[in-house]
Amino acid sequence: MLEVRDLEASYGDLRALGGVTLTVGAGEIVALLGPNGAGKSTLLKSIAGLLRPRAGSIRWEGDNLGALGAHQIVERGLALVPEGRRLFGSMTVAENLELGAFAPRARALQAQSLDRVYALFPVLRDRRGQVVRSLSGGQQQMVAVGRALMSAPRLLMLDEPSLGIAPRLVSAIFASLVEINRAGVGVFLVEQNVHAALSLAHRAYVLEGGRIVGEGAAAALLEDPHVRQAYLGPLAVRA
Amino acid sequence: MRILAQQLILGLMLGGLYGLAAAGLSLVFGVLKVLNVAHGELIMLGGYAAFFVVALLGLDPFASLLLVLPLSLLLGVVLYAVLFGFVVRAHEETRIKNSLLIGFGLALALHALAVRLWTADERSIITPYGGSVLRVGGLSIPLMRVLILALAFALIGALHLLLTRWRWGKAIRATAEDWEAALLSGIDVRRAYLLAFALGTALAGAAGTLVAIGYSVSPSIGLEWTLKALIVVVLAGLGSMIGTFVGGLVLGAAEALSAYAFGGPYREVVGLAIFVVVLVARPRGLFGR
Repeated sequence: MLEVRDLEASYGDLRALGGVTLTVGAGEIVALLGPNGAGKSTLLKSIAGLLRPRAGSIRWEGDNLGALGAHQIVERGLALVPEGRRLFGSMTVAENLELGAFAPRARALQAQSLDRVYALFPVLRDRRGQVVRSLSGGQQQMVAVGRALMSAPRLLMLDEPSLGIAPRLVSAIFASLVEINRAGVGVFLVEQNVHAALSLAHRAYVLEGGRIVGEGAAAALLEDPHVRQAYLGPLAVRA
Repeated sequence: MRILAQQLILGLMLGGLYGLAAAGLSLVFGVLKVLNVAHGELIMLGGYAAFFVVALLGLDPFASLLLVLPLSLLLGVVLYAVLFGFVVRAHEETRIKNSLLIGFGLALALHALAVRLWTADERSIITPYGGSVLRVGGLSIPLMRVLILALAFALIGALHLLLTRWRWGKAIRATAEDWEAALLSGIDVRRAYLLAFALGTALAGAAGTLVAIGYSVSPSIGLEWTLKALIVVVLAGLGSMIGTFVGGLVLGAAEALSAYAFGGPYREVVGLAIFVVVLVARPRGLFGR
């Protein structure tokens, strides 16, 4: 279980998070909604160890992650699929996946994890020798999710996985998240595609201006007037 | 025509060393985003190390590599631990500035140290078979330089294999491409930096050894080799060690051609011309990704 308490983060003088508290339970799918600039990516980067928080604590299965480097946090079982995928573009699909299993614990499970990723995204098996840069956006996103899965995570965090991807592939990615979750992996999802995120998630938080302004069961948030107005647009309100 | 061919062959052989000298600089720059302007001084140290290994232990000059390589690898670890490890903690944009300061300081210190320890005299390694010459169709090719070219190519090939086959080699390439993504893959990026820097220093040591065998070393050769290596890095671009080696050959050939066409002094000008033309016309270099 992931417990974030009173987390504050800033870029220089610019405050990005002003005391965020949330939890993601084992095996849960939790969505994080919010407008651009609300601090969603900042929160994920802080949890993943790419950004040192200013105050507050991040606990994972009881341990404080504060002092750990990002590569050690991966080793503990938290994986982040960063915004924009951030793949190693000049390397092949297979090399990207192999690098995902770099940490010692993941390395021992590498063959198993690879089978799992290829079962989830069969197209990657066919493209394994291909340089990642030559793939479509959707296939690259599959590699990005696959690379994170190669670290054998217990919590998979994703930052806007649907960004810039053809709708057909978005639903394939989201379907894969359900599949991944069914195997017991928790999912923490930041997503602009609110409808898709809420139909997938068990619970959700709403982040605005660096603070949590709403939380609840996904189904309830789908009916919440503020959420509908702010994130699903006027059409949704009328419907 | 025969003179041109002769010059070209000698130029290509020197170019192989340019390629080897540039490989280390390219690796460090590509991975750490740090420009080590003391790279030429590390080559100079490698040359002296080889010279003394041969002089004191009586080893075959090429066998001295077996000692010089691990020694310079170790030197790389030490330099990273006491100097360059602090630079990479800085934000990527400020790294270049800081590394230039440290690099120039290190270059001056090593130069002064070398003059103090070994005087300013030129030295080169003399071998019994050093004078052998191969004659091919009216051209004279010094045997030593053929061996040096072959060895430089073999070292580049070994580096290429290391970076494409070895687990940490792949981690080094991943770090060069996107260090944050490397961290998220569970790679200890600091260790990748250390390995890349140590490998870069070992390559400088190897290049210095070959320089001492085929040419000569003195405390002041550092700047010249840094410049040549920098020109090759710009010419070839980052990301491919084989490409860097080819870039070295191109520079060697271009120097020979311009010396033939315009006279000896123009040998040095052509490299700088290449530098400017590549930066304007193709900033990522011939083989850069």
